[in-house]
Amino acid sequence: MNLTLKIWRQVDAKDKGKMVDYKVTEISGSMSFLEMMDVLNEQLVNAGEQPVAFDHDCREGICGMCSMYINGEAHGPDRGVTTCQLHMRMFKDGDTITIEPWRAGAFPVVKDLVVDRSAFDRIQHAGGYISVNTSGNTQDANAIPISKQAADTAMDAATCIGCGACVATCKNSSAMLFVGAKVSQYALLPQGQVEAADRVRNMVAQMDLEGFGNCTNTGACEVECPKGISLDNIARMNRELMKASI
Amino acid sequence: MALDSKIPKGPIKDKWTDYKNHINLVNPANKRHIDVIVVGTGLAGGSASATLAELGYNVKAFAYQDSPRRAHSIAAQGGINAAKNYQGDGDSTYRLFYDTVKGGDYRSREANVYRLAEVSANIIDQCVAQGVPFARDYGGLLDNRSFGGVLVSRTFYAKGQTGQQLLLGAYSAMNRQIARGKIEMFNRHEMLDVVVVDGKARGIIARNLVTGEIERHSAHAVVIASGGYGNVYFLSTNAMGSNVTAGWKVHKKGAYFANPCYTQIHPTCIPRSGDYQSKLTLMSESLRNDGRIWVPKNLDDVKAIREGSKKPTELTEDQRDYYLERRYPAFGNLVPRDVASRAAKERCDAGYGVNATGEAVYLDFVASFERYGKEQAKIQNISNPSEAKIKELGQEIVKAKYGNLFQMYEKIVDENPYETPMMIYPAVHYTMGGVWVDYNLMTTIPGCYAIGEANFSDHGANRLGASALMQGLADGYFVLPYTIGDYLADDIRTGKISTESSEFEAAEKEVTERIEFFINNEGTHSVDYYHKKLGKIMWDKCGMSRNAEGLEIAIEEISALRKDFWQNVNVPGTSTEYNEQLAKAGRVADFLELGELFAKDALVREESAGGHFREEHQTEDGEAKRIKEFQFVSAWEYKGEPKDAVLHKEELAYENIEVKERSYK
Repeated sequence: MNLTLKIWRQVDAKDKGKMVDYKVTEISGSMSFLEMMDVLNEQLVNAGEQPVAFDHDCREGICGMCSMYINGEAHGPDRGVTTCQLHMRMFKDGDTITIEPWRAGAFPVVKDLVVDRSAFDRIQHAGGYISVNTSGNTQDANAIPISKQAADTAMDAATCIGCGACVATCKNSSAMLFVGAKVSQYALLPQGQVEAADRVRNMVAQMDLEGFGNCTNTGACEVECPKGISLDNIARMNRELMKASI
Repeated sequence: MALDSKIPKGPIKDKWTDYKNHINLVNPANKRHIDVIVVGTGLAGGSASATLAELGYNVKAFAYQDSPRRAHSIAAQGGINAAKNYQGDGDSTYRLFYDTVKGGDYRSREANVYRLAEVSANIIDQCVAQGVPFARDYGGLLDNRSFGGVLVSRTFYAKGQTGQQLLLGAYSAMNRQIARGKIEMFNRHEMLDVVVVDGKARGIIARNLVTGEIERHSAHAVVIASGGYGNVYFLSTNAMGSNVTAGWKVHKKGAYFANPCYTQIHPTCIPRSGDYQSKLTLMSESLRNDGRIWVPKNLDDVKAIREGSKKPTELTEDQRDYYLERRYPAFGNLVPRDVASRAAKERCDAGYGVNATGEAVYLDFVASFERYGKEQAKIQNISNPSEAKIKELGQEIVKAKYGNLFQMYEKIVDENPYETPMMIYPAVHYTMGGVWVDYNLMTTIPGCYAIGEANFSDHGANRLGASALMQGLADGYFVLPYTIGDYLADDIRTGKISTESSEFEAAEKEVTERIEFFINNEGTHSVDYYHKKLGKIMWDKCGMSRNAEGLEIAIEEISALRKDFWQNVNVPGTSTEYNEQLAKAGRVADFLELGELFAKDALVREESAGGHFREEHQTEDGEAKRIKEFQFVSAWEYKGEPKDAVLHKEELAYENIEVKERSYK
């Protein structure tokens, strides 16, 4: 198929940036969206132009690096996938596709479609861990049984890949789904109890400091999340925060 | 220089304990005066950074990604081995050690592997304490699954995302140390050279991938944890950015590079679909627990399936060739990866491939749907369940086990694997070869260490499933923190290493000149043009099977391609901005050298062992034939051009395992 691409180009963080039109031809439906971008970039390089910068790495939907806002949706029109798993069969010949970076105050643009998500790392530094030494002198792994349900629910929360689609999607640029997922993973496990109160307080404080907005229960984040992280995690975080403040 | 593996004396089961009892330690007050650089933040680098920082060293960690959490360990699906024997099925440290050495086709170092098996159980304890949500049974205890090449269930898992969960565990341990100020994290930075001062590794030259700035970083020791070099094939299951540069740079500064030809071609990947393909996607080996691999028995059926006039589900049982079960009745679909991959290639080369490219076999779950379905019907007291009900019940179980993998498959291939068998084909996945290290995990450059996939030590010529995660974490959490202390004990009075020395100056100059060359070359071909060409040579001539003639041609072709690259490569943009093409040019330049050494290593190794299959050396029924004279590690010393590399041999002694013909029949 032949496509028109409208892509956000921005030289660096200071540049104002603008949309630029490109054409690509003979795109196969079996291509991933990023492979289509590879075709465009090869075309640009061969024409002596600057290729479009975009983040990507594992290309199998788990590293969380890729981050494109496609036709007004984080990771594009398909559900439960990252951009690297989005296939061109979702589009049809003659389509015009708009491609933008994640847009949020806390995610400044680095170049073109690449944004700086280090705010997520800083939230994790504030409490996204259990304070256990890595010396190996811990108790046996089966010493504390954990109910299958708790382990599975913790796993569902822990499956977050930190891509930032939730923030990009949210009209308030809220990071509550991301933070809620991490808080939930530990809140559901006995190992996480000791520091639970401090953890949720510190992570939420850092989240606010980074300039992420509040949650107004729209639920768009859950819809666009490539890993299906549930809104329940935000509710659980709120409960944890409430518990921590009394 | 003669190779000294520094294996401690004494019985194998006491070596590590005795070693730890007698090494030098660094007093806690002195650790704060010592800096360590860790390149890479996957399971090995992340766990090493966290532990070294926790011990009190000042750690500087480097990742080319925008966060340590994105290292490619994250993509490991299936699980992690540990000799816990929770299942009571006869597992033990010895058995894990034995399986790993045998699985590696008797080409790994006994003492290292034993230590790995010994610390494996502790990894699980550690990860559970960190909040890693491993799968559990209804009693709340940890669940296990079985992997290829073993007869016990010792694999711990977190759905099909075990690597992700373990990496996030290591990342959380890093975060704790970053918050304490003990790890300084350099995201979007790439190491471009190691700096050797007075014979010791004392720092690195790194490039900030956002600003293009070249930086000098000094330390008392440098740890390379940059993963494997599977991307030398262009197409592999590695991440797009995975590269050999860190390992290759230390090689060029004096570290020997071991067994480059040992590559793992993973049997269960999604077949390629076209020339635009940028990477291959792996389907976890755990699928082989419940999936049966087959191709049609008759070529007529193959033809009909390729043309679309017949569906695989229409073939009756006796029209199918379950070739792994046929050839290897004892291990069946769970033979080790190298064996499974070669068997798929054998069938496809004989014309039985089931897709348009002729490079695909089926992985079928129908039997599992039925088996689990009947089991469930019984459990749920459903008498005389219909076939549809059995299938439905069975599919629920399979979905719970592998749901995300099935979903991934459907998204990529656009076929529903619950209704029609999956198609799979082998793809490059892991490199057992790497930087040569001794028992201390130190390279032949004093003070320069290599851990995880970046080194060569534990997997011999073939790695068993779920052992990469085990090795990465063992090296980083439990081995390196001891061994590096023994070395650093001499450095407590050294003080801060200056970055103003002539050695830093020279290394930075070299790095800068190379970058300027790329930017100013204004050639005719893109970096990918060369990378793809290299990949094709590697896959065709250094892939699943190799022969002398092909390898000799490969060496010539790679050498010529490298020459062409240095004349005609085109890198757009400037050196002082975010420039992915520039970063990639440097990586491909190194792959073009490694590729040739790889072919040379494969040529010299005139035997078949594990993932290295030389067509000249096979048994009558097509199995790999090892040759006693090659029971050594090939460690290559850099001498300029890859063709001039000098071979050093580390002879391998097996004192605790009898070297046998590796049989899975």
